[in-house]
Amino acid sequence: MLSKLIPMRETILGAAILLLLALVATRFAGFIAPANLANVLNDTAPLIILALGQMVVILTRCIDLSVAANLALTGMAMAMLNVAMPDLPIALIIALSILIGAAMGAINGLLVWKLEIPPIVVTLGTMTIFRGIIFLISEGKWVNSHEMSAAFTGFPRDVMLGLPMLSWVAILITILFGIMMSRSSFGRSIFAVGGNPHAAVYTGINVGKTQFFAFVLSGALAGLTGYLWVARYAVAYVDIAGGFELEVVAACVIGGISIAGGIGSVGGAVLGALFLGVVKNALPVVNISPFWQLAISGSAILIAVAFNAQSGKAKGRIILKTSKDAT
Amino acid sequence: MTQTNINTRHIPDRLHSRSYRALRSWETLLLTVAIVVFVINSFASPYFLNAWSLSDATFNFTEKAMIAFAMALLIIAGEIDLSVASIIALASTAMGFAVQHGAGTPELIMIGLTVGLLCGAFNAVFVTILGLPSIVVTIGSMSLFRGISFIILGDGAFRGYPADFAWFGQGYIYWVFTVEIAIFALIAVIYFVLLHKTNFGRAVYAIGNNPTGALFSGIRVQRVKFILFLLTGLMSGVAAICLTSRLGSTRPSIALGMELEVVTMVVLGGVNILGGSGSIHGVVIAAFVMGLVTFGLGLLNVPGIVMSIFIGLLLIGVIALPRVWAMFVAKRNTP
Repeated sequence: MLSKLIPMRETILGAAILLLLALVATRFAGFIAPANLANVLNDTAPLIILALGQMVVILTRCIDLSVAANLALTGMAMAMLNVAMPDLPIALIIALSILIGAAMGAINGLLVWKLEIPPIVVTLGTMTIFRGIIFLISEGKWVNSHEMSAAFTGFPRDVMLGLPMLSWVAILITILFGIMMSRSSFGRSIFAVGGNPHAAVYTGINVGKTQFFAFVLSGALAGLTGYLWVARYAVAYVDIAGGFELEVVAACVIGGISIAGGIGSVGGAVLGALFLGVVKNALPVVNISPFWQLAISGSAILIAVAFNAQSGKAKGRIILKTSKDAT
Repeated sequence: MTQTNINTRHIPDRLHSRSYRALRSWETLLLTVAIVVFVINSFASPYFLNAWSLSDATFNFTEKAMIAFAMALLIIAGEIDLSVASIIALASTAMGFAVQHGAGTPELIMIGLTVGLLCGAFNAVFVTILGLPSIVVTIGSMSLFRGISFIILGDGAFRGYPADFAWFGQGYIYWVFTVEIAIFALIAVIYFVLLHKTNFGRAVYAIGNNPTGALFSGIRVQRVKFILFLLTGLMSGVAAICLTSRLGSTRPSIALGMELEVVTMVVLGGVNILGGSGSIHGVVIAAFVMGLVTFGLGLLNVPGIVMSIFIGLLLIGVIALPRVWAMFVAKRNTP
């Protein structure tokens, strides 16, 4: 009963983050000041948004490695649009970035749904294609902050109730996803598709279509993050967010989302992203070179996936010994 | 991925003859593509049809193809290793580190191969002993291995490799034939025999088609997979030696993104990404196709990042086209 009230994985992960904060605080107390924690949250906001999109895709037994390239392409498109038409309202820019991102997600989704190509192949391919297209449209040039309009770069930094808009967007999307995953039929069908695709078909769920919409959702969030990213850092070039897709997958895996699909939660994805965000922000504070970041997130993935596999083993009844258990 | 409909198996009255099947095979199609690309390239650029420039072009694929052979076996057995490029980075960093402490060429080769093997063993332990999905494990170790290179090197670089070490990446065996292409050919033959002519090769196919069935027919599934990860690590070590020798320096970003091109090469070679089928000669032809395409585009002054669009399209196209074709045929055949 108690284990049902307190989800085990999220509790452990939350405790790990608190422990990490406490450890950093012993070296540098200012790190856990509210203003700094707000900074950490704001810094992690793009990762949180993308991790939520990735979570939905992974839950349906797929994977989306094209999110970072999608983010960079949408970001570049928005920056160039802003240079060409500086008077465009921000609301329109945001709507367009979501649309462009969703369209790219739809390409992934269609290839997975209609042609049944394995998602990893599709998104590895579209990842390089999207990156290449950025080079084609920008001709390899940068869009710098002085070329962007003040309203364009200002939106993610506008402060409301003590937090920048970037953080608020992440919080809003987390709430929306929390409702969607637990209270909507789409959210439930995502779990059903990932948990047991065959059974999902018999309950009247179109598996391919659900996966298609998962990709569209992930793409839309990547597009939105593309605008926020470019506006926040006030620069757009071909390689922005290079390799970020791995960090996103890492956040999901650390957050306890099973790569085999069907298991995971919104809270897990957010905590996984926050864990990486805290590590990233804490490294310079405790005088560790930022070059450690990559190795740390790699180890975190391996430890998390090994840990999750061990804790998930108790469930279910083994009738036949499967090949995986044999030596 | 989506197994929504139950396949009704079509069993023909009799099989087509061997030569007919060979003619209709993926490898034949690929060979045709290779010849077409070759002919187009010779017309598109006057610099293409020259023994020395073609010899240079082989560097586009030899190192990747060495890994691709081992990767092909791994993918046929239903697993994947995305950490290969990071293994190159780590092995190259280890070699560079050894050079700073006065290691000679034989030691460097030992170190490169050992680091490759150890990395392969690392992945293998997670996948076969702990029973974790290889895609997550190797995404994790991909960050870890390259991360260690970054910790050791930061934004620096290792240089000062001994002069005779350059032989592997820059030397020639005879006339225009490079050392690398010789190693490539040797490895291709070894893997051809291993996959197509030995019990081990049959076991690899069996595991890819049905791991449980393979286990019940007496195949030590986990041991075979362990060996496959070791081989992939070892081949990454060989590629690391060649690449480091060719470049003459080591940076932590060495071979960044190469895992994608290796997987593309394997899939282009007709290996089923879901496991169970594929051939080494297919991968050999795919290596030549990719090498010719990138070299031809390079001669036409197409930047590298635009070439990656072609690689991406090639990867999706070669898988999508047969499926679109099958859907088209199925639609035409239904009354």
